[in-house]
Amino acid sequence: MMTMENIYLAIPLASLFGAIIAGLLGRQIGRSGAHTVTILGVGISFILSLIAFKHIVFDGGAVYNNTVYTWMVSGGLHFEVGFLVDSLTVMMLTVVTGVSLMVHIYTIGYMHEDPGYQRFFSYISLFTFSMIMLVMANNFMQLFFGWEAVGLVSYLLIGFWYKKETAIYANLKAFLVNRVGDFGFILGIAAVVMYAGSLDYMEVFAKADSMASQTMPIMGGVEWSVITVVCILLFVGAMGKSAQIPLHVWLPDSMEGPTPISALIHAATMVTAGIFMVARMSPLYELSETALSLVMIIGATTAFFMGLIGIVQNDIKRVIAYSTLSQLGYMTVALGASAYSAAVFHLMTHAFFKALLFLAAGSVIIAMHHEQDMRKMGGLKKYMPITYWTSLIGTLALIGFPGFSGFFSKDAIIEAVHDSSIFGSSYAYYMVLAGVFVTAFYSFRLFFLVFHGRERMDEHTRSHLHETPWVVTVPLIALAIPSVIIGGMTIGPMLFGDYFKGVIFVQQAHDVLAVIGEEFHGAFSFVQHAFHGAAIYLAAAGAVFAWYLYLQNPPMADSLKKRFSFLYTMLDKKYWVDEVYYTVFAKGSRLLGSGFWKGGDMVLIDGLVVNGSAKVVAWLAGVMRHLQTGMLYHYAFAMILGLVGMIYWFV
Amino acid sequence: MLTDWPLLSLVVWIPIIGGILVLLSGDKGDAEGARRMALIFSIVTFVLSLGLYTGFDTTTAAMQFEEKHSWIESFNIYYHLGVDGISMPLIILTAFTSILVVLAGWEVIKKKPAQYMAAFLIMEGLMHGVFASLDSMLFYVFWEAMLIPMFLIIGIWGGPRRVYATIKFFIYTFLGSVFMLVAMLYMYFKSGSFAVLDFHALPLSMTEQTLIFFAFLLAFAVKVPMWPVHTWLPDAHVEAPTGGSVILAAIMLKIGGYGFLRFTLPIAPDASMALDWLIILMSLVAVVYIGFVALAQSDMKKLVAYSSIAHMGFVTLGMFIIFRIWANPLNADSGGAALAVEGAMVQMVSHGFVSAAMFLMIGVLYDRMHTRNIQDYGGVINTMPMAAGFAVFFAMANAGLPGTSGFVGEFMVILASFKANIWFALLAATTLILGAAYTLWMVKRVFYGEVTNDNVKQLTDINGRELFILSSLTVAVLALGLYPAPLLDVLHASVNNLLQHVSVSKL
Repeated sequence: MMTMENIYLAIPLASLFGAIIAGLLGRQIGRSGAHTVTILGVGISFILSLIAFKHIVFDGGAVYNNTVYTWMVSGGLHFEVGFLVDSLTVMMLTVVTGVSLMVHIYTIGYMHEDPGYQRFFSYISLFTFSMIMLVMANNFMQLFFGWEAVGLVSYLLIGFWYKKETAIYANLKAFLVNRVGDFGFILGIAAVVMYAGSLDYMEVFAKADSMASQTMPIMGGVEWSVITVVCILLFVGAMGKSAQIPLHVWLPDSMEGPTPISALIHAATMVTAGIFMVARMSPLYELSETALSLVMIIGATTAFFMGLIGIVQNDIKRVIAYSTLSQLGYMTVALGASAYSAAVFHLMTHAFFKALLFLAAGSVIIAMHHEQDMRKMGGLKKYMPITYWTSLIGTLALIGFPGFSGFFSKDAIIEAVHDSSIFGSSYAYYMVLAGVFVTAFYSFRLFFLVFHGRERMDEHTRSHLHETPWVVTVPLIALAIPSVIIGGMTIGPMLFGDYFKGVIFVQQAHDVLAVIGEEFHGAFSFVQHAFHGAAIYLAAAGAVFAWYLYLQNPPMADSLKKRFSFLYTMLDKKYWVDEVYYTVFAKGSRLLGSGFWKGGDMVLIDGLVVNGSAKVVAWLAGVMRHLQTGMLYHYAFAMILGLVGMIYWFV
Repeated sequence: MLTDWPLLSLVVWIPIIGGILVLLSGDKGDAEGARRMALIFSIVTFVLSLGLYTGFDTTTAAMQFEEKHSWIESFNIYYHLGVDGISMPLIILTAFTSILVVLAGWEVIKKKPAQYMAAFLIMEGLMHGVFASLDSMLFYVFWEAMLIPMFLIIGIWGGPRRVYATIKFFIYTFLGSVFMLVAMLYMYFKSGSFAVLDFHALPLSMTEQTLIFFAFLLAFAVKVPMWPVHTWLPDAHVEAPTGGSVILAAIMLKIGGYGFLRFTLPIAPDASMALDWLIILMSLVAVVYIGFVALAQSDMKKLVAYSSIAHMGFVTLGMFIIFRIWANPLNADSGGAALAVEGAMVQMVSHGFVSAAMFLMIGVLYDRMHTRNIQDYGGVINTMPMAAGFAVFFAMANAGLPGTSGFVGEFMVILASFKANIWFALLAATTLILGAAYTLWMVKRVFYGEVTNDNVKQLTDINGRELFILSSLTVAVLALGLYPAPLLDVLHASVNNLLQHVSVSKL
């Protein structure tokens, strides 16, 4: 008899088991052994997640919040590994294991020629385990464990092709930028421990009010609200993991890794960890409007300005990467507007359609013999019909075509920001609105450049073009279905119903979703209502503009590029952020390091003090040696001097 | 019954006697026999040391496994051994590491192998003596004596600049310990006893405490080593053979940290409180400044040596922020101080595993390539995939990844230092970035990428012996990282007792 407790325990362990077997015994079990055992593991995790979902959501099962084992106790503080399973957890579990299962299957096709096949399966299963641990955590320690563990696997997978110089540069960069976020995150946890005296979510939430009423000394008599400091520090962690400005620089480079993990880790799941975390911490964030404003402004800036960069990218994966940054910005904006459920809702829809888009891009890349430059593609529609149609579905979902899943989540976010009244909300509103046009434009630019228009590839590639095998196309179809329907199906309960009741906490004054909910009469009317807003027309305009520019009048794209060359260069150089970071942080810290080493250790400590004292000793010895001349009258003279000195001293 | 045996004397003297036997047998020129003998002695010692854990009573802070015999009666000096929760884990760590060191030198040391093994065994016994001594003269004898085999190891089996390194090491440590001896003599004249626990109870004025504080500081700060008396360590590491580096990093540095807990804090609590800013400052400089210095290194051993200094900064930080935690009115409960000191202890044990692993890893490469220069490597993963796997794992442990032992102590000390002062925590937490930067950048340059030269192309992956060494450290690092409770359970009573004692003024 499987109790729910055993099921919860088996969800992470099944994936971990697959990872360990494939990782340690990869050579013995061979390729098919590796993918069988990991798919089995993740498959079990997925099925059990569905059972957990049914138990919590449909059967009204009790929320599970228990310790699995006590890691250690020190200074009265309990460090534990434990699970919190509620409606937010089961939703995340289902999305994570579901997308992961699709990616596992897809990988059979994508990586089938790769010598690191078993290693790859081991890593993605290990990732799934880590992500499950992260979303199931009931305390900050385990959250941090999952947080860093997904970072580790991300590092391993970006650098999967370890011979590639760009890949091993990108994985180091990704890890370090994430560590900057974790630096804030761990301080946030330390602040929580100090002021709430616990690592357990529920105990910390119970102390939220007292943290809101306290201030902490920062420097020279300046006092800040404790809750604001906690929320901002934790959000720094989220900025790292969810790649928000200014810690966004690692995500585009992470595309150096194999495409399946771009879909799984760097689009659907890991990068949403920050969003999940803030939603989970809603009882804390609700008490700090300062933190919410910061979250909203950062998110809005990311949503718009990162989307703009997507317009000028030519690498198919990089366009989608910037799109991911921009969409993560949308989720962050929703968090700032206190529309946590809208953020999580968008997280879910985005996981499906963005994974779909990445896997479809991967399918194109396979067909193109690992060519990723869109300028060398075109007209692929007739060669790859399944990829074409599923891509179209993904694209429509992304731009928010009425009725598709992305439409519901994005529109809810825009509405929520519109109704929000906290500082920065009007800025955020215009950013996310303008972002809709940008999203539609870069999405269809990609779509037209790849699937329509002139066939720009070389003859050899063209002659080999064909649809990818079923292990690739089946996951595409499987992801296309929720990309269309999941939004309309779940918007009612998730945003306006009581799906998140007792899980996500919103203060009355911030509750923008309740305002929207008053006018909500089902998904269909929500679609109708959208025609009164600007977003839908902006999306259409973006798509049409892309169609005109890249299919009807391609020379115009070039002339625009020349006309606005500064703008183009700025976007092409990604606002020069990478260059500045490289000079200031990478070069600067190495310079500082060698400065400290040569100036401090070698010159000051060793040169002056250590060798200096050795020299003083040598010098003294030398002086003494001169004194010992062997001449009697020298000694006599010294004795007289000494005597005079002594007499002088005593008298 | 095992508990009736004089376990501490056994773990001190078995390796020493074993070392002498190995030394004698080595004259016949039977290198293999000498190695096997050394291995057997180190394993026997380790198994016996485990008896200290299984027979340990975690509910008391009193000294356990005590042995007391008169030694020099006219000066009231005793052969007095005993352990508490603070010293016992360090003895087991020493015994564990010594096995690995014997194995690491197996076929690598061609020059006088019997003497090499003997030096390590004798040193092991002496280090056990340092941790187990409850009489300060006995402590002092072991403390000075353990340096002799280390000098020999660096001086005989060391690199080209071994003479310079040995002399620097000698001057530093000698200057340090002279003042410690003076402090001990002073307390003897005042109390009439050399017993460490009598020193704890000895009332001392502020001036006396301050002078004693500085005398001990010099001795222990050099050992840890703390900035700015750290510059002997990189040189010593670079010249030492792999085994020497492992013992140096894993055990000898811990003796400094142990000294602060056993002597400085309980003997001079008021001076420690008045001067805690100095130690905190030196510790934070170690974390930040040394972190940057590590980034600039091109020699792998120097890099790991500097990384050791930065990690040991957490040890001293954890030990001396307790006064600020107590003083902070915002801390309703006093648990933060225990968190800090226990974090420092966990960090010491963890650093024992991780730094040993890092130096052994470098040893694996050095034995094949005879260079420690990062630039001479590149793309090693192509020819040594297993070694690369271990290297990435230990690098992650060195960078404090959760799930490895490297995380536990750092996490505890960062949490505790926030309770003392947000800025301490902020500076300490920079290790998350710096530690990852210098460690992983080295991994990138050494292991990743295309094979850069013919030497790398001809490398062969680790053999069974190396696999065993690295695997056992992997198990240790994971065990402590995934389930640190067993270590913490041993610490609680002794740490609480120590804190209780330190919190009471002697004035």
